[in-house]
Amino acid sequence: MSEPNPASARGTDQDAAPVFAAEERVLGIPKSRWPGIIAPLVMGAIFLGLWEGIVRYRGIPAYILPGPVEILKTLGTDWPTLSIALWVTLRITFAALIAAVSVGVSLAILFTQSKWLERSLLPYAVILQVTPVVAIAPLIIIWVGDVNLSLLICAWLVAFFPILSNTILGLNSADHNLVALFQLYGASRWQTMRYLRLPASLPYFLGGLKISGGLALIGAVVAEFVAGTGGSASGLAYRILESGYQLKIPRMFAALLMISISGIAIFLATSYLSHRLLHRWHESAVRRES
Amino acid sequence: MIVSGVTEAPPQGRAGQRPLVSIRRLSKKFSNGTLALRDVDLDLFPGEFVSLLGPSGCGKSTLLRIISDLSQPSAGTIEWPGAERADAYGKEEHSLGFVFQEPTLMPWAQTLDNVTLPLRLKRMATSEANARAEAMLALVGLRGFEKAYPRELSGGMKMRVSIARALVTEPKVLLMDEPFAALDEITRHKLNDDLLAVWERNRFTAVFVTHSVFESVYLSQRIVVMAARPGRVMSELQVDAPFPRDNLFRTSAEYAHLCRLGSEALKAAIEA
Repeated sequence: MSEPNPASARGTDQDAAPVFAAEERVLGIPKSRWPGIIAPLVMGAIFLGLWEGIVRYRGIPAYILPGPVEILKTLGTDWPTLSIALWVTLRITFAALIAAVSVGVSLAILFTQSKWLERSLLPYAVILQVTPVVAIAPLIIIWVGDVNLSLLICAWLVAFFPILSNTILGLNSADHNLVALFQLYGASRWQTMRYLRLPASLPYFLGGLKISGGLALIGAVVAEFVAGTGGSASGLAYRILESGYQLKIPRMFAALLMISISGIAIFLATSYLSHRLLHRWHESAVRRES
Repeated sequence: MIVSGVTEAPPQGRAGQRPLVSIRRLSKKFSNGTLALRDVDLDLFPGEFVSLLGPSGCGKSTLLRIISDLSQPSAGTIEWPGAERADAYGKEEHSLGFVFQEPTLMPWAQTLDNVTLPLRLKRMATSEANARAEAMLALVGLRGFEKAYPRELSGGMKMRVSIARALVTEPKVLLMDEPFAALDEITRHKLNDDLLAVWERNRFTAVFVTHSVFESVYLSQRIVVMAARPGRVMSELQVDAPFPRDNLFRTSAEYAHLCRLGSEALKAAIEA
């Protein structure tokens, strides 16, 4: 049998290189992607400028609406307190996310192994999901006693369902012909899970992880609002409550800013992880030239 | 040299040869009541190339699934007189390869890992599995593509990977379910030639499902013509042209004559 020329179908980027010159890069980022980065930055700068201008021009007091400069200043001066609070909130967020991933994936695997287990347990997972965490947080805090643990449980409750339901969907969406092929070669349940169902579920799991990352942070903050615990080991939510009571509105905005930035960072991190794991094979992550 | 012809009788066993697979009065009824197959008799002999030719809905694919034990017959028997091997659970283990209508590759795995899959499922050592898969990829003309992902390959190349995966266990029977139906004609001709070359070299029993008369005549020694509703065997066509077959055969009067016989048999099956 003759062999097709390996260069004809593989590594299309490399093949194209001699024909189309490599795109010019500025600071390591292709030139064509810069407008997409600059446009929202410009928009943000205009917005912040207007904000600062209006606050100064109208002489709005800081306890009603502080300007961006004032907020950044407060962030600097209150950094020692706020950074500890940030660390407390992030610790609960990540612990909840890790728990959500391990429980969500394990339950999903169990459910695909036994239809009856899925039928008997999934409704309760749905009930946990649809019950507002604000409503059950006081109960959890009373029952558990330990504040950190109850916050963790609340954040976990919010974060775990997207991972569970997405992973179940992913595990069940393996190509039916591939499933038949595994059956044909007498693959064990474990082999079918390891070589077929788990890799097939990866894109779905990562989609769930992206949602759960943000939800874990929201869960941690909301639960802390409900718990309202003070002291040195309190998180950002308590700092916001506290600043509200004391009319330290710039500090409130600074804490809010930290929560938003944390949420954005979590989203970017999960998106990057998703891209790293999928960019070689999954349609969602493959860049196409039109 | 033409001894080819259409027989109306059910397939007769060849003198002195024991069939590899023997199907008797096999019927398959789906749970929705559809009679997919009715009273099918078919023998498959070691090393032969058989095509199952028929319109859509004639049960060709169902028959392949039953042969491969992916589906169970509702009535009748399927026996493997030649097979004595059984696995640890006492279940008979048949040495089979299956090529689906789509390449059915794992998109997350590189070509080599796709081809070694059946060996890894049999817990063969990685080094040996890789060596065998590399040899099989070379045989189907894909040397140098071991590290490519399926999405980086063309449709024809993906099909080659699928064939390499089916053959890597060196099966006695290769079942193919319209494997080239989705390919363009040039690619299909090339793959037909290459499939025949591999078959002549390894001499497995090939069962090829198609609805193309031309493809079935070109490839096979025997064409089993099937009719639909219910799926059943109508007639058989012998193609005694010698191998290797090439473009000379594809343009010969004998080929044209056989294609006409095949088309008539298929027409009769559709009208039956």
